[in-house]
Amino acid sequence: MRRASRRSVAIWGWVMFEVVTTDTLVQAAQAMSDRSRFMGGGTLIMRQVNYGDQRFNRIVRCSEDLREIRVDGSRIVIGSGVTMANILASRELEFLAPAARAVGGPAVRNMATVGGNLMAHHPYGDVAVALLALDGQVTMADGATRPLADYLATRQGLVRSVSIVRPDRDALRFRKVSRVKPKGVSVMSMAAHLPRAMGRLSNVAIAYGAMADTAIRVPAVERALEGASLDKAGIAPALAAATDGLSPPDDALASSWYRREVAPVHLSRLLLGEAA
Amino acid sequence: MAKTPVTFTLNGADAATFADPGQNLLDCLRRGVGDLSPKYGCGQGTCGTCTVLIDGQPHLSCLVLAETVQDRSVETAGGMANGPDLHALQTAFMEGFAAQCGYCTSGMLMAAKALLDQNPSPTRGEVIDAISGNLCRCTGYEPIVDAILSASRAPRATERSA
Amino acid sequence: MPVEFRKDLFADERDDNLAEIGKPHIRQDILGHVTGRTPFYDDHLFDGLLHMRCLRSPHHHARIRSVDASAAEIAPGVVRVIRPSDVPVNMNTLLSLLNFGRDDEPLLSPDKVAYKGEPVLAVLATSERAARDAVAQVRVDWEVLPHVLDVEEALRPEAPVVNETYPGNAFDYHEKYDHQKLRFGDVTAALVQADHVVEGEYQMSPIEQAPMETCGAIAAPETNDRFVCYTSTQALFFSLGTAAKQTGLASSRLHFIGGTVGGGFGGKVDSHHEPLAILGALLSGRPVKYQWDRAEEMQVGAPRGGERWRLKDGVMNDGRIIARELTGFFDAGAYTRLSSYAVQKSTGHLPGPYTIPNVASNVYCVYTNRTPSTAMRGFGITGVDFAIECHMDKVAEAVGMDPIELRILNAYRDGDMKAHRRVAKNCALIESCQVAAQKSGWSLSSDALAASSMRDGGIGWRGQIPETMIDEDGRIGDRKRIWATPEPTAASGPHRAVAAGTANEHPATGAAPQRDDMIIEAERLGFKVSEDAPGSEAQSVPEPRSAATPHEPARRHVNGGPSLPPAARPTTHSAPAVPVAARPAQPAPTSIADDAKPSDPPPTVAPADQPIEPGSRPPRRPGASRFISGSRGRR
Repeated sequence: MRRASRRSVAIWGWVMFEVVTTDTLVQAAQAMSDRSRFMGGGTLIMRQVNYGDQRFNRIVRCSEDLREIRVDGSRIVIGSGVTMANILASRELEFLAPAARAVGGPAVRNMATVGGNLMAHHPYGDVAVALLALDGQVTMADGATRPLADYLATRQGLVRSVSIVRPDRDALRFRKVSRVKPKGVSVMSMAAHLPRAMGRLSNVAIAYGAMADTAIRVPAVERALEGASLDKAGIAPALAAATDGLSPPDDALASSWYRREVAPVHLSRLLLGEAA
Repeated sequence: MAKTPVTFTLNGADAATFADPGQNLLDCLRRGVGDLSPKYGCGQGTCGTCTVLIDGQPHLSCLVLAETVQDRSVETAGGMANGPDLHALQTAFMEGFAAQCGYCTSGMLMAAKALLDQNPSPTRGEVIDAISGNLCRCTGYEPIVDAILSASRAPRATERSA
Repeated sequence: MPVEFRKDLFADERDDNLAEIGKPHIRQDILGHVTGRTPFYDDHLFDGLLHMRCLRSPHHHARIRSVDASAAEIAPGVVRVIRPSDVPVNMNTLLSLLNFGRDDEPLLSPDKVAYKGEPVLAVLATSERAARDAVAQVRVDWEVLPHVLDVEEALRPEAPVVNETYPGNAFDYHEKYDHQKLRFGDVTAALVQADHVVEGEYQMSPIEQAPMETCGAIAAPETNDRFVCYTSTQALFFSLGTAAKQTGLASSRLHFIGGTVGGGFGGKVDSHHEPLAILGALLSGRPVKYQWDRAEEMQVGAPRGGERWRLKDGVMNDGRIIARELTGFFDAGAYTRLSSYAVQKSTGHLPGPYTIPNVASNVYCVYTNRTPSTAMRGFGITGVDFAIECHMDKVAEAVGMDPIELRILNAYRDGDMKAHRRVAKNCALIESCQVAAQKSGWSLSSDALAASSMRDGGIGWRGQIPETMIDEDGRIGDRKRIWATPEPTAASGPHRAVAAGTANEHPATGAAPQRDDMIIEAERLGFKVSEDAPGSEAQSVPEPRSAATPHEPARRHVNGGPSLPPAARPTTHSAPAVPVAARPAQPAPTSIADDAKPSDPPPTVAPADQPIEPGSRPPRRPGASRFISGSRGRR
């Protein structure tokens, strides 16, 4: 029988550095503090540990299996411990494969989790963009639920799972724009959930990555697409509104100006299903 | 300093060491166990030189908390050869000039082995995807892809790129 | 892709019956690579290894008011804090080993920092994490200074002084000019005669070498009173010499082991890790590793420098380029490293592979508050070639000519006189153009197809050094007083003509050794002894001695001035009309030029003796065995 938590402690600098491993996510949530970080796959936290990040001195992990993938009516629940490789291996999550494949190389995909992707800062976090376009709802460690967009705004608390809409066949489109292929960091990523009723778009959801501090929904584009047809004329108003109200970040990959300039081009290709 | 004992299988043999809290697997393998074949290139999961297989799957050892390999199986480039007999990938890398400075080679071999273990007849595109997390700066991707294909059972194995 | 040897074009270029050359071989080191057993510098384990981390400047330019490392000193795991005052010879410039340039860069900066990431102190601790945590505890009181990040802004009189050793923000050439001059013919007159004048500006950003293995070194005390140093260096003897100088240890007490480099591309010549690691081992008595992480490699690791070039060509209607003026700015970053040499390399490369009768250039090695730049694959050449070849296309457009034919028309041919007074040989640009056109289905005129590098070269003016107009503009310090446009033809001072002449082969010279224990046996290495060299006459120039050069602070460990091998003496001019092709880079007295008769060659006409690019093969020296350089440095 395991102890409730296993600790390893060391003195580093002025502070104790420790790794706490709990049995359950609830225990892990209770073990968190200002100077703690929860570690899932390790691709974000170990990087900070390796570089001596002084903002935390404690890693909290948990042994609970958070890798469930469960169909729940019209929705599907994805555990926060599900890796990109798990998504690629799952028949139920086939629609998410393009987004999962856009993350890192095979080794990173074996490690990086859905939960970590929600925590990844610009310009990372491509899968969160797709989850956002599928009406993502997060369930926290204590069972409380909240919209994914709200969670991304604060990133407070440990996520147990994300529930998303199961899109109709081909209704989800995802595109990552990067300078290096097949593995490159996002200039931007875009996801579009394009349900149709009577041949017209209805309840459209559009999300962008690397166009703000976190993955975001783009209501102006969604409104412009409502009831529209997916052709050049139909999407023109949406393209005109492609960057309304956005001030994308500047970084080494692309300037804010560049991101604004090319966003309508990539949105057009995404919506019309054209090659990148 | 409180250390955590870690026991695991390294290239088929038992290995044991003590890990510092927060110590990554790369450092643990190199300094704790003495397997110097995985290399440090970035410490942030960007370059792939530290790629090892954990339970047969490629992982970046610089991003793996050392204590999490307890009871698991770890493979490194240092364990690919069987005594004097080289793995087919090693031979292919030698004959195809798929290494120049050699620093990325250990990680490349591990990424390639993970691919061929699961997919003995990959396409060129699958090979490229398999090593997409591994950087080479001596600009050797083409010979590396060729070498992996030639070590595979893919029908186009002997075909050279243009 | 297989190499294609075009025996149809160059029948005599290579003997096909060689036993090894031209035959495929498996690399001798590749078994180690594929088995993960090649020992890179970090693949050596030591008990009790200490880890070194540096505190680095967060500012582009700042004065250091005070440093408080008291908390770091007592932090857990910390063994020692190393301050600038702990470095025996803190100031250095890499090419001081060749007596080229003045010491301008501290290993650890005591007073001010001139680029983001400049190291200020180092911490030795029992683990890397402990060293990082301790560095985070150091408090520095910075006085942030105005900074300059653009080469031309840095040359303005009001620009902040980046590097106090060169207060004009430009390297001093020949102790006389703030730039490297090249003068060949009369560009001003030719530009007047030209049918078209085509101008262009081109620039290239810095490029990081980004080797897979980050730079580093491990030093440890040996039992024989020496220190072993495993290093990633590409330039083992530069690193050895630099470490000996900065630690104050005789080089005979340093046991350097290198030879396995996990990618370098020029970025591993700067020799900062070795002296610091050895110093750490000296001060702690323990093995010390100093390794950059990837962030440091990218931020602090010296890149290929940025360059800006302006070209002005005088072109005739038929496409002949009769004049080319170039103004170049090399961004050295905050310290010299190898940029001074890059400028000379580029000058020796001008005006590109073309025979142009009138050429003038001013090239500046400029200090800015950016990361110091250094070697990278053809540095000094690639940037200006990029500019020249872009410009050739622009010229072709201006005269309405096929761009490949324009190149063939103007290309060097065997026997042509180059702007730096060497005769072109083994030319192949014409043939390369013809083959490239053929392979890409580009049609060329019959004249262009009939051209050959081996015909029509060196005839008449093509083989001669023309009468050359020179000027004395751009003396060191001028720019601080008056802002002058730095183009060669804008020279405002008196011009005078230097008579035409012909080529001469000069014996190569070597540089003075910096320390007694570095004196080499010139004969054994095949240096031509210049005293007896044909064509050289009695010396009237004082013998340069490294200890006597004017800008040599703090060589305190040098015991007496080293004697100079004969080969290091400057050669004198064998004939009045022959320009100086090879002179020691630094120590020649300025009086040569000042006292020169009008017919004397100006010392600034030709680029000075070019030091050997570290890590590369030295050029073949007269009298040297051609196998000396080939027998070593295999890796």
